[in-house]
Amino acid sequence: MPAQSLLLLSHALFCLGVFGMLVRPHAIGMLLSIELMLNAAALNFVLWNRLFGHVQAQAFALFIIALAACEAVVGLAIIIRLSRMAKTVFADQVTLLKG
Amino acid sequence: MTIHPIAWWGFATLILVSALWVVTLPNLFRAALSLGLVLIGVAGLFILLEAEFLALAQILVYVGAILTLVVFAIMLTAKLQTAPVAAPRSRVGSAAIASAGLFVVLASTTRALLGPMPVAAHAVTLPSLGQQLVTTLVLPFELISLVFVAAIVGAVALAAPSPSRPRTR
Repeated sequence: MPAQSLLLLSHALFCLGVFGMLVRPHAIGMLLSIELMLNAAALNFVLWNRLFGHVQAQAFALFIIALAACEAVVGLAIIIRLSRMAKTVFADQVTLLKG
Repeated sequence: MTIHPIAWWGFATLILVSALWVVTLPNLFRAALSLGLVLIGVAGLFILLEAEFLALAQILVYVGAILTLVVFAIMLTAKLQTAPVAAPRSRVGSAAIASAGLFVVLASTTRALLGPMPVAAHAVTLPSLGQQLVTTLVLPFELISLVFVAAIVGAVALAAPSPSRPRTR
């Protein structure tokens, strides 16, 4: 049973998300990386759910999926607003609050 | 629980390769499409872990809704992205070191967790999941609905054009 390798896979997915978050200059690219990290967390929850037979773990994986939907909706709304106000989608170039 | 090694390795490679594409491809549209591949791979792993309902929810919500939304947002803001910009070299190097270090830390911490552990004989069934959602977990469940409403209203309020207010530009 590849439980150890599944755990390593979810770690790798999470770290790839962190890498993308640090590297991507584009705001939507950062959002994609967040989705990767959330998926890694959900995968972890489902793995433990299968190992221990806990119902709660699966329920919380479901909550993660639901919260990821909320996060994506709000994030994309912010990005669209940003593209309208600041005329940029690059996180580095948003200097609206700079004095 | 027995997982067929070919299916497991196939899904694992699919996830890892397309996750790498998500974070490295300069073209954001292709990155979003490879995110779809990652999501499908994770859904396949959910099926292998006998969480079929979650796999379907994953495909329905993620691939069906979130990915469509992301693609729309990429198209709406495509005019602002004049050329596919790559990250600066120095940033890539330090980010790779940081995330590799995080991976090593995570892997070494959770190594001890998976020793000779008894695996639950039976997978969680869908009726028990539903029952938990409306009994023990009813508070987080309702809270999620509240968050949903707040997110929808907030997103509409954020993204809607406001003709009454002068545009701050």
